[in-house]
Amino acid sequence: MTNVYGFPILSLIAYIPLIGCFILLFIDKDNHKKIMYTAFGISIVDMVISFLLLPGFESSNVNMQFIEKASWIPTLGVEYFFGIDGISLLLILMTTILSAIAILSSFAAIHERVKEYYVSILFLETGMLGVFMAMDLFLFYIFWEIMLVPMYFLIGIWGGGRRLYSAIKFFLYTLFGSLFMLLGILTLYFLNSNPAYGTGEFTFNLVELYKMHLPLLPFQFWLFLAFFLGFAIKVPMFPFHTWLPDAHTDAPTAGSVLLAGVLLKMGTYGFIRFSLPLFPLASMYFVPFMAALAIIGIIYGALVCLAQKDVKRLIAYSSVSHLGFVMLGMFALNPQGITGSVLQMVNHGISTGALFLIVGIIYERRHTRMIADFGGLSNRMPIFAAIFAITMFSSIGLPGLNGFVGEFLILVGAFQYNKIYAAIAVLGIILGAAYMLWLYQRMMFGTLDNPENKNLPDMNRREIAYMIPLIIFMFWIGLYPKPFIKIMEPAIINIVQKVNPGWAQKSKTMTIEEAGIPKGDAIPLVPASSSTERQKPMPHSGE
Amino acid sequence: MVEYAWLVPVFPAIGALINGLFGKKYLRDQSHIIAVTAVMASLFISIIVFADIALNPIAHEIKLFEWIVSDNFSAYVGLLIDPLTAIMIMVVTGVGLLIHIYSIGYMHGDEGYYRFFTYLNLFMFFMLILVMGGNYLLMFVGWEGVGLCSYLLIGFWYQKKSASDAGRKAFIVNRIGDAGFILGIFLIFGSFGTLDYSFVFANTHLINTKIATIITLCLFIGAMGKSAQIPLYVWLPDAMEGPTPVSALIHAATMVTAGVYMVVRSNILFSMAPFSLEVVAVVGAITAIFAASIGLVQTDIKKVLAYSTVSQLGYMFLACGVGAYVSGVFHLFTHAFFKGLLFLGAGSVIHALSGEQDIRKMGALARKIPATYKTFLIGTIAIAGIPPLAGFWSKDEILTSAFAGGHYLIWAIGLATALMTSFYMFRLLFLTFYGSSRVDHEVEHHIHESPHNMTVPLMILAGFSLLIGMVVGFPPESGWIHRFLSSVVGSAGGEVHEGAGHHLSLGLELGLMALSIGVALSGLALAYSFYIKNPELPKRLAARVQGLHQALYNKYWVDEIYSVVIVQPILMISQFLWTFDQWVVDGLVNASGWITILESKISEMFDIYVVDGTVNGVSDTLDFGARGLRRLQTGAIQNYMLAMGLGIAILTVIFIF
Repeated sequence: MTNVYGFPILSLIAYIPLIGCFILLFIDKDNHKKIMYTAFGISIVDMVISFLLLPGFESSNVNMQFIEKASWIPTLGVEYFFGIDGISLLLILMTTILSAIAILSSFAAIHERVKEYYVSILFLETGMLGVFMAMDLFLFYIFWEIMLVPMYFLIGIWGGGRRLYSAIKFFLYTLFGSLFMLLGILTLYFLNSNPAYGTGEFTFNLVELYKMHLPLLPFQFWLFLAFFLGFAIKVPMFPFHTWLPDAHTDAPTAGSVLLAGVLLKMGTYGFIRFSLPLFPLASMYFVPFMAALAIIGIIYGALVCLAQKDVKRLIAYSSVSHLGFVMLGMFALNPQGITGSVLQMVNHGISTGALFLIVGIIYERRHTRMIADFGGLSNRMPIFAAIFAITMFSSIGLPGLNGFVGEFLILVGAFQYNKIYAAIAVLGIILGAAYMLWLYQRMMFGTLDNPENKNLPDMNRREIAYMIPLIIFMFWIGLYPKPFIKIMEPAIINIVQKVNPGWAQKSKTMTIEEAGIPKGDAIPLVPASSSTERQKPMPHSGE
Repeated sequence: MVEYAWLVPVFPAIGALINGLFGKKYLRDQSHIIAVTAVMASLFISIIVFADIALNPIAHEIKLFEWIVSDNFSAYVGLLIDPLTAIMIMVVTGVGLLIHIYSIGYMHGDEGYYRFFTYLNLFMFFMLILVMGGNYLLMFVGWEGVGLCSYLLIGFWYQKKSASDAGRKAFIVNRIGDAGFILGIFLIFGSFGTLDYSFVFANTHLINTKIATIITLCLFIGAMGKSAQIPLYVWLPDAMEGPTPVSALIHAATMVTAGVYMVVRSNILFSMAPFSLEVVAVVGAITAIFAASIGLVQTDIKKVLAYSTVSQLGYMFLACGVGAYVSGVFHLFTHAFFKGLLFLGAGSVIHALSGEQDIRKMGALARKIPATYKTFLIGTIAIAGIPPLAGFWSKDEILTSAFAGGHYLIWAIGLATALMTSFYMFRLLFLTFYGSSRVDHEVEHHIHESPHNMTVPLMILAGFSLLIGMVVGFPPESGWIHRFLSSVVGSAGGEVHEGAGHHLSLGLELGLMALSIGVALSGLALAYSFYIKNPELPKRLAARVQGLHQALYNKYWVDEIYSVVIVQPILMISQFLWTFDQWVVDGLVNASGWITILESKISEMFDIYVVDGTVNGVSDTLDFGARGLRRLQTGAIQNYMLAMGLGIAILTVIFIF
């Protein structure tokens, strides 16, 4: 247990929600208020403790931090191994925040099986946190699978529409992909025991497995594809995305928020944590394939959005488009692309989470999600209109809000990899503006002519309370993203060096020979100093 | 004092924040106090900065904080204050302040009063960021930000569908341009390793003509969107749905000139790319004459001015394209005043007529609203290019530069446009203020001159429209503005751009000047004979060339063409993909589900009839056998005896044989 706090803080964060589940079991099932507030309290405590990770986190350290390691099933070499780097840190914080918000947003929406509901959400939180912390593949797989169960119930019991169909589809589709990943994990495990490829031990320890040297063919190639199925379905990448609109649309609001905000990130996180560093050669090899799928996802998702009549389904498809950006940035395999990609994971969690909350707010009032049922709400619900507008602009990447920074870095990265790909992806930004503005116009503008909308109350204090933190993050990341980028930078440089070792060399020659830096000026990993030195005063004839 | 320049955009931002958060509840009809004070403070600082720069015209870089940084990419939030910026902030805050004051009267009593001033302040903030930012990324931030405010303000009366449609159209069309802009930014980063103006313009040796051409063309796509050039101009006429002060500030004086600012800011890159300059000049010229021709027959007072704006912006690009960047900025500068004036004047007319915008229902207003009339007259003379008012000086410079640079065709187009401009502006003036009244009866007796907070800004702008051209632009080609901007244009690269190098003889120059005055006066005369002397003539002419008239009146059907060629196909593709997604992509998923279910049904059958069948079969066999065997065990001793006897007999037989 080597960390500054002297106690296993990661486990604490991961299991507080689980402990919460047990606490909830002892509360009278008809005392809804007590259940709700207890669940919310637990999630808040967990969130506060997760913030303690920040001061203890050394952002210059490239290694895993807050490591907790114990032998678990020694005969198989399975370890209980938690650890985080900057990427997982950001995702963990996002998870605890979104979980608390999701719980708060459910107060008015859930009236049946209240206890089971909050137990499911807390249990889900533990699963999600575990995924981002686990550094042992076996442990990772357990969390990865266990998370499906509460989400299955959330959709299947508290959902709407064809909830059973959607729940089963979600469960089976994801499970289908996961099984290939499990095969991959086992293959890795056995390959590593062969001294020709790995350390010669039987272990699931990721740090050990990172040391493997596998040839592209056949191992990296097939292993990449096996993991790809697991992760690509989860992301979801085109054409594995169809579970997502169903699951999102039929899930209860909190379920959609966590699904979009956190669960989708597990796929992208999986790529970044496993596929890139474990199979660097294959990652390189598959770049054109991955980038093509990502770009298809961007354009395809955006176009399908234009045809939607159901708000929730529209937002679900917009996720396909946004996650396409995340994947595009990641497989640019350069620091800007991956930084943008990770930042965009967080951004998407914030913006799309907020959008689902917004839909939830309006759904609780009107019990419909059809765009045509609305119109002219701005006048009736000004606060709602303002928050919706900010969220929408965050989602379409307006500068000054979070989405822009992520998309911009992704495109900078993609552009350096392939100019045409970036140019096509930019079209997605235009379409993004088109479908979101159109949605907003149809819902909020015009005259309020549907009599059922005449008496809609504006957002209440509780609703404002859970939207405000998200709005703050939208502005914060948009205006001053540096702290966020700084946290993840070493981890990303680390990954880039592993998967694209030519990059550092390339960028060095680029900057020296093309940008005219005096030779001998080393390119540090943290480039702030070098870029300031690069700026020369502007020679002006007036001077 | 230049180091305090960052305060200039900060004030309106604070104003927007205060009005945005507290306007609805507390400030309401007092919102303008915050907004106007903020802009006043901005203007005050701007004047100081401007004076500083005017005395000592060098570039100051102010770095505030590191914004986006990742590996070798880094972008600062920082400002570049140089003469070009100084002029732009004067225009933005100066005209901005007048329009803020005007809005107090114009928007009085609107239920979105606080919202209006919030957006207007927010616009000021982004516009100032756009012109003050020290790198391309910050320019882009301002660029998109003003687009946002434009969207919000065009759709300000969002309950009107046409207004919210227009807002959305503006944003999306602008995004198309922005896509080009951002690709240009990526290329600049890829080529220079930074986006800072200071580094880029000082190191143009890092790129060759080809790269410079691609970069500048990408940037120019952005400019075409923001500054409403063909083919992306379609949003600007629709943008007139917004309140008139917005049309004046955003869609005439400031935001739409951002594209010109961008081209002039990047003039060093553009000068490296002759092909791009050619494109800029041609697009500018075609837009100028195209929009002017539409303006000839429009009947909505604001639409006429909108097409006029598009046309004048084309002029500015024409200037940049022939290398006369300073003349472009000069025209931007004078245009801000007289077009702002004209729009506000139009607003005053609309205000007087209780919202009527159709010039066919106006007439004879000169005596009823004299202050508006007089200022509008000045604006009209200024834009028509009649000396010594502002428009003449800048327009004449542009035409002279085009001619001197040997771009005779472009010069001719410019001259023809000048004729049209003069014609449609005087047509507008005559139809609105002269002749007999065609005003609706109910409206007629409500006609009143606007309050002072509206007419005073008109007068101030009229004063500028009268004099500013002479003050900053005389003598032509070497007036104060040329000296002031000389450090911005074409210096860092050390190259002399075309156009500036050519010098015409004084005689030729005076001749050209006389020609452009002649053209302006002919426009006036033509309009006079059409609309005062011979009011039946336009109708007869329209009937004679009906096809042409219809084409102009319907704006060449460009909106309809775009709808059929671009919008509808995209929506159709979208519908198709949605169906495809449901039936094919998801169909496969569901099909695999069904196949699994079918397979499991088969398995079930197999299980029931084959696997379980076997099991049951075994037991059935046993059962059957058992039933058979049971007959043997009857418990009757004689049966056993019989069996034994038979058995012994059989065994005996076996043993014997």
